[in-house]
Formats: sequence, structure tokens, C-alpha cells
Amino acid sequence: MSEFTLDDLREIMRTSVGVDEGVDLDGPIGEVEFAELGYDSLALAEVVSQVNRRFRVSISDDEALELTTPGSVVRSVNGLLAQVVR
Amino acid sequence: MGVSAVDAAVPVVTGIGVVAPTGIGTDAHWQAVLSGKSGISRISRFDPSPYPVRIAGEVPGWEVTEHVPGRLVPQTDFWTQTSIAATTEALADAGVDPKELPEYSMGVLTAASSSGAEFGQHEMGRLFTQGPDWVSTYQAVAWFFAATTGQLAIKHGMRGPSGVICCEQAGGLDTMGHAKRLLGMDDGTRLIVAGGTDAPLCPYALVAQITNGKLSTVDDAASAYLPFSAEASGYVVGEGGAILIVESRESAEERGVDSYGHVAGYAAGMDPPPGSERPPALKRTIELALADAKIRPSDVDVVFADGAGVPELDLAEADAINAVFGPGGVPVTVPKTLTGRLYAGGASLDVATALLALRDGVIPHCGGFERLAPGCDIDLVRGQPRQGPLTTALVLARGHGGFTAALVLRRDQA
Repeated sequence: MSEFTLDDLREIMRTSVGVDEGVDLDGPIGEVEFAELGYDSLALAEVVSQVNRRFRVSISDDEALELTTPGSVVRSVNGLLAQVVR
Repeated sequence: MGVSAVDAAVPVVTGIGVVAPTGIGTDAHWQAVLSGKSGISRISRFDPSPYPVRIAGEVPGWEVTEHVPGRLVPQTDFWTQTSIAATTEALADAGVDPKELPEYSMGVLTAASSSGAEFGQHEMGRLFTQGPDWVSTYQAVAWFFAATTGQLAIKHGMRGPSGVICCEQAGGLDTMGHAKRLLGMDDGTRLIVAGGTDAPLCPYALVAQITNGKLSTVDDAASAYLPFSAEASGYVVGEGGAILIVESRESAEERGVDSYGHVAGYAAGMDPPPGSERPPALKRTIELALADAKIRPSDVDVVFADGAGVPELDLAEADAINAVFGPGGVPVTVPKTLTGRLYAGGASLDVATALLALRDGVIPHCGGFERLAPGCDIDLVRGQPRQGPLTTALVLARGHGGFTAALVLRRDQA
């Protein structure tokens, strides 16, 4: 399975939960808190649900609450994908 | 100024926002109404050919991204989106920037009926064909009755008394009546976002409505919905509605803004169960609303009728109007003939139209037919608008299941 990138996450955020006016998703958002980007816990739950389906991983709702930045989602997904390959 | 405490609490309407089959925006709607331009046509949102009902009033030229912030689009049904658009227009019309007012002094009261049916159908489809993991997280907040009130309250930072009223077609008037009550309570509430919109056009919602047996199956947009007519065959459904900014007169005067008029009286009633010997609630509800407004029937200049389009319901409404006002004693109009019945948005849009009629001194007409049904001997305004000074309008609404409401609107004297 190929690597999960920040761009993959950007695309999912755009199509599944939308983007606030004045937020530049293409900027260096890796370590910016989701709350700062305008995303609440429900938005994060929807994003994680989409990631789970499209990349066939299984991040639970509880685990998702620990993922507070886009970068942490990318690392979590790639960690799970590496386990699958092994 | 010597404004008494009672006068200070009088609810005035300072802003109107419209999204309806007659157009997006109050001006577009009012121009369409005055020119008799109908928004009813063949359903285009989905293929209606398998259903016995194939025409409806659809909002023309809707582009969601023009009206709804990006983050709200995936989490809202079209019903909520039309309310968001109408609220933006209504607040601007009232000159209100919610950020400048105390958050607990503003509330949101919308009517809901179909709620987020289309959103719900889409997600239920995914549940049944793909499984629970495929259902949008936003199903949890998008399709239930309070979704629109909640989204509006969050978006505009309004934390005062809020709620949702589910009385089908009567609900729009009930939000106005409830706003009147809240503004009279002297608890710091100064402004209520009231009214409502609806979005009953998806297969799931349509088949649920068809079971009530009151929808017209006449497949012609011009003759399917003819309330009080000898050719009445049921009603046509439509989407959209209106949002009204209702605030205390004291609040409007403090902000230095004009109003379209004030909510002078309101009453609600409930029909007796089918088979009962007791009469329908409408006549008594009209009398109570006039009493609440402290006016006589002869003070009313125009009645915006419920106009069910179902012969026995039309006759019952004509009987109630004639019993209160005398046969042909007051001009009656049904602008719904241009939009269809919008459920939660229907009476709300009638309130908007009535306020515009008071402002401009013109009663909009209903077109499309010649002969009144036997017994419906009311002064129905037909053919062309009727000009003349107007001070007081009575708006009537009845919802499926017996909900009944009457609202008295009066123009503020200059």
C-alpha cells in the first residue's frame, strides 16, 4: 500500500467537510491545530471516517480525539499502513 | 420619547429574507408575486415520472456556494441552506450585525416540517447499500427538526431563547406568535430570528406526502393548485420560505431602524378529531387572534388565506372567514398559488408577502381560474393586484393533523 500524504488528507478535508473562508489548506498546515483551521470534533470524526474507508485502516473514534493536527493524522495512518504491509 | 412598557415590547418586523419558487431575495419574490409569475413546474430535482405527483414549486437558480459558507455545505440539508441564505438577507435588511448585540439577547425560532429529508434519504441509501461506515457523521445533525435553528444560532452567535416548532403549514405563524410572547417577557430578549423554510422535494419526502391524499395529481402547472375554485383538485408542494427578524419596538428604535409592521395579534388552535361533532378550530382561532390584537373584524383590510386547495377544506375556510367577516366582507388572497404549499416555509412566506403588501398598499392576486367553488363566496382577489391603502392583514394557516394558527400584522403608523 502506498504512503498516505498530507495532500491525500487535504483532498479528503476539502470534499468531505469543506473549508472555511480565509483558511488556506494548501499552506503549511501539518502542525496547525484542527481547531485553528476551523474544524470541530464532528468534522474530525467525519475526516477520520473517510480516511478509514478510503485507505482501509481502522482509527477508532477515541484514537481520533488524540489527533489534533493534520500531521498527526498522516503519521497515524502511515503507522497503521506499515503494520498492514508487515 | 414617552414609550410605555407595553409599547416598548411590541414585536416589530425589521428584516425579511426570502428563498422561494418565486425567486431568491425579497425583491425578486415580490416582483414575481405582483406580476403573477408562477414558480410551479415539472420537478427537476429528480425524475418524477414514476410518481403520481410530477409538478412542484422549485427555487430557481440556486447555487449553494453563493449562499452558504464552505464548511456548512457538507453538513446541511437544502432545507437548512435555504434558511441560512434567507437569514443572511433578513439580518442585512434589518441592519443587524449580531456581533454588536449581546449574545443572550437574540434567539432563533424556526418552523420545521420535512426537516432534512433529502440528506437523510442519501445517507440511508448509503447505510443500506454500503454499510454503517459510509454514513456521514453529519447525519447526526443534518436531518432532525432542530438542525436549522441550531446552525443559525451557532453561525450568528445567538444564545437567547431558541427552539423549533413542528406544526406543518401552521408552524411559520407559530414562530411569530412565540416570538411575540418571548419579547413580552422582559427577560432581556430583544430580537428573534423567526419563520422557516422547507425542502420537501426528494422521492422519500414526496411519497410520504402523497399518502395524505391531498396532493393534486393534475399534471399541469397552471391548473393543479386552484384553492377555492370549482376546479380545486388538491395542492401542489413547493420548497423554500422566508425568515423574519422580529424585535421589540424598543430595540428597533434604539438601533434607529424602520419596521415593516408589527405583530399585533396571534392565536393557535387544534381541530377536533375526525368524526367529532365539534366545528373546525379556524373560526375561533381567527376570533382569538383579533381579540389579542384588540381589533374588530372591520379593521382587517386583507386576509391571506391558508388555501388548502382541497374542496372540503376550502369550504371550511370560506365558512370561517364569512362567519367572522360576513359574506364577501373582506378581500382574500392566496399567493401560495404561485409557489405551492411550502409547509414550514409556507406561512412564513405569507407573513413576508403580507408585510410587503402593507408596505406598498397593494393586495397581490391569485391567477389561473375563473369560477369559485359553490359555497366559497369570498371576495377572492383575482386577475390583477388590488391597489389601496392597507393597515391590517390577517394571515391564516392550517397544518396536516389539525394545527391551526392566525396572525394579525399591522403597519406602523408614520
